[in-house]
Amino acid sequence: MLEIPQALYDAMVAHARRDHPDEACGVITGVGGRPARLLEMENAARSPTFYEFDSAALLALYRDMDDRDEEPYVIYHSHTATEAYPSRTDIAYASEPGAHYVLVSTREELGDAAELRSYRIVDGEVTEEPVRVTDENPGTGRSPA
Amino acid sequence: MSIEVRIPTILRTYTGGAKSVEGSGASLDELLTDLDGHYDGIRGRLVADDGALHRFVNVYVNDEDVRFTGGLTTALKDGDNVTVLPAVAGGSAVHTVAGG
Repeated sequence: MLEIPQALYDAMVAHARRDHPDEACGVITGVGGRPARLLEMENAARSPTFYEFDSAALLALYRDMDDRDEEPYVIYHSHTATEAYPSRTDIAYASEPGAHYVLVSTREELGDAAELRSYRIVDGEVTEEPVRVTDENPGTGRSPA
Repeated sequence: MSIEVRIPTILRTYTGGAKSVEGSGASLDELLTDLDGHYDGIRGRLVADDGALHRFVNVYVNDEDVRFTGGLTTALKDGDNVTVLPAVAGGSAVHTVAGG
């Protein structure tokens, strides 16, 4: 199960809507299995059908997480024309077995409704998990320096 | 000749859980072969069947992505730091050209 503070849930949805029709992507870092900071990442592919963390930004992110003893808690991205389910590409690239992979769909027929779903992806196997929104306060970090 | 190599979580099964290991080699290619001698199979997770670095991983030598410095032929010297990270990428496209 993904436990996520309301503010972080809303931030992922807002980011996905802001970058629509391109795919949005980012990370929520975690400490000891709890969410810490949401970091919006630039989609280096700037594409409606593909996302990729910029290579230099990825290195900076992992250095930063290392310094703070953080782990990737959530790795999220949006699908802008399809449902919030991992594609074959998503599954092929997924390589953080400890992370929650969150998909946000901003496809047109949803209107104002948000579709946010969470998965574990381990060795190419996808398992959907329930999402529980909590009202605790997360960290307020925005982006890696 | 000693080069520090930082290992991502997903490959630490090969290194007995170590986050960082030491290796040697005058090029990235030689280093990965050296590492494979100690951590059997790790090279195959980084180098694809076509002999180039796998598109699912990013390898950096002293903060420089080796895609821009000659890939496996990138020269190494004593004291260099090598970092391996899984690419964070994906998307709704089934076929992708951007996955580089």
